[in-house]
Amino acid sequence: MDFIFSHYNYWITIFLMMVGFYIVISRGNLIKKIIGLNIFQVSAFLLYISIGAVQGGAAPIITEGVELYSNPLPHVLILTAIVVGVATTALALALVVRIKESYGTIEEDEIHEHDHSL
Amino acid sequence: MTHNLILRVISKFLIPLIILFALYVQFHGDFGPGGGFQAGVIFSSSIILYALVFGLDAAEKIIPTAILRILASLGALIYASVGIASIFSGGNYLNYSVLADTPVAGQHLGILLVELGVGITVSAVMLIIFFSFVGRSRP
Amino acid sequence: MQEHISLLLVVIPLITALIVAVLPRGILPWASTLVATFICVVLASMQLWEVINGGVISYELGGWKPPWGIEYRIDTLNAFVALIVSGIAAITLPYALLSAEKEIPPHQIPLFYSAFLLCFTGLLGITQTGDIFNVFVFLEISSLSSYVLISLGSKRQALTSSYQYLIMGTLGATFFLIGVGFIYSQTGTLNMADLARILPEVTELKTIHTGFAFILIGLALKLALFPLHLWLPNAYTYAPSVITVFLSATATKVAVYVVIRILFYVMPSGFMATIPIGDFFVLLGIAGIIIMSVYAIYQSNVKRLLAYSSVAQIGYMVLGIGLASTAGVTATIIHLFNHALMKGALFMAVGAIIYRIGSCRMDNIHGLGRQMPWTFGAIVIGGLSLIGVPGTAGFISKWYLVLAAIEQSAWISVAAILTGSLLAVIYVGRLIEALYFKPATESQQNLKEAPILLLAPTWVLVFANIYFGLDTELTVGVSEQAAQALKAIVK
Repeated sequence: MDFIFSHYNYWITIFLMMVGFYIVISRGNLIKKIIGLNIFQVSAFLLYISIGAVQGGAAPIITEGVELYSNPLPHVLILTAIVVGVATTALALALVVRIKESYGTIEEDEIHEHDHSL
Repeated sequence: MTHNLILRVISKFLIPLIILFALYVQFHGDFGPGGGFQAGVIFSSSIILYALVFGLDAAEKIIPTAILRILASLGALIYASVGIASIFSGGNYLNYSVLADTPVAGQHLGILLVELGVGITVSAVMLIIFFSFVGRSRP
Repeated sequence: MQEHISLLLVVIPLITALIVAVLPRGILPWASTLVATFICVVLASMQLWEVINGGVISYELGGWKPPWGIEYRIDTLNAFVALIVSGIAAITLPYALLSAEKEIPPHQIPLFYSAFLLCFTGLLGITQTGDIFNVFVFLEISSLSSYVLISLGSKRQALTSSYQYLIMGTLGATFFLIGVGFIYSQTGTLNMADLARILPEVTELKTIHTGFAFILIGLALKLALFPLHLWLPNAYTYAPSVITVFLSATATKVAVYVVIRILFYVMPSGFMATIPIGDFFVLLGIAGIIIMSVYAIYQSNVKRLLAYSSVAQIGYMVLGIGLASTAGVTATIIHLFNHALMKGALFMAVGAIIYRIGSCRMDNIHGLGRQMPWTFGAIVIGGLSLIGVPGTAGFISKWYLVLAAIEQSAWISVAAILTGSLLAVIYVGRLIEALYFKPATESQQNLKEAPILLLAPTWVLVFANIYFGLDTELTVGVSEQAAQALKAIVK
């Protein structure tokens, strides 16, 4: 029991990862796939942020009288990864808009039907 | 367009404050939490608020998309040229310490310029994304 | 300036990309891109020269000492891959002028070249950097720009295939990111040289194993390892011709490079002996070679045929990695180079056909070989190289791969390599049959040869195919030196 509760940040990560992954695989709607992808990415971000935290550590800005700081590096890394995620999402949404304009649908199976009827 | 008087008045009041806050986050980034990414997004949110309340055409009159594209490149160019400048000052790429007389002043100058570049690019790119998505629905 | 070469290789294309994005349409964006890529070729050759003669180059960014700061660390392997990438980019660009004009709307041309340069920046960045998180960032720079480039294809399927690639590519990158997180949580460092130093102490930990599993699966998605290749055939088929040439010759190669770097440099020596990852790669390599070659035979679109053949060729590279010997890795590095040459030449020739008739379906190209003899000649020699006929570059890489397999008495691998070559005879044969032996339709009787600006780069690559098939000093010498520098090879 103690093992399960003391590692709760990993359980959240795993839960989000699987939810996101499942959505990407199982949904045919292109927008829902992007949402799933985002959840999947967020799980990775949480993993980094949680391993950077030091118990009882302060924010990593030098202040007098503070000895213990959290590790700032994972935050910096994840800031980069979040920017990458934003770019990916924007690009994916732009593609979906274009797909909607040229196919008239954003359901994967209907798009396949369109392509095969050509 | 209907006259949403309350919305218009409140947002006219809020937009300058948002811009001010963006500038604070931008230039306070080397002492406390903040920096170009956050400031850029906050700044672009003020323009987006303006576009939501007063319409897309009015917003594009303030910052045309052509200028945004130049700004987006310019910001990243500022970043890259700070790096080049430090090469010419005899250091490695992005080594700010050689930019000014003392390393501390150099670090200060370097990070301010780099964050300025980041801020410009991020706000311009966020606005380009917003305008190009919203502009799609126009006939 | 000498000591800044490894950095300038990344920064020059980056800055040019930013400038090109705001240039007016016309010849200027193309010209600046051309200049930037040629500067990069010169720099990459200087870098390779320096590494071969002077040993490892280390360049720290921002004045932060490694392992804290980002370090660019160049050994023979990096320098060679960087030269492949920039060389292919420089040969592709003269070709791009006409081909892009034909396939891409004029108002998008500056942005097209900007995205091309960003993709180039990302690929070069992956080869230069010695920081594993930096690899992720550059991987995403190159991937995001290649999604954009693929979606610029003229058919609407380009959009869906770009979307498909985006989903799978992002999943792969996130897997890589998670793996790096696991390893960072146990070692506290991201510098690959530093990781190689620390990892032997913590190899037994389950976290490290899990981390490497995530990283390798993520990379397998990026390099289109069978059976994770599903994005590749569509992406290559519907992308603009120039982009197919560029991506097929560079993008997956760079991912293969990262796998070599992780498996034989970052991982402690002996690690591969404790887990069956080598056998796994050999198995997937063999399956990829056979199944994808058979798929290639049944394709009705020439680009798709070559795309499936690319997946099969990746099988050869992975097979070499899986053998986990110096000879095997040498063969893989040689094949990185040679495959870039042959697929570059073939996709360029197919692009020339598309330039003339606007399609590359098997039914539409009947008899074109007679009207376009130079293009046809390029396809024949490129095809022979793909099969591995002696005297072409393809023979050299297969020869070394077979030698590496025999060295370990891996007879099934030898059989798979030879079967793959036989299957290549069939699909190249189908292509040549359609091009030469089938009668042309009336409307295509008076077709002209492709313009010189498309033919010249194609034939540069064709001659390279023959030259590196006869003179192997550069490829084999450099590859052997690169493989020997990887200390973690067990056998």
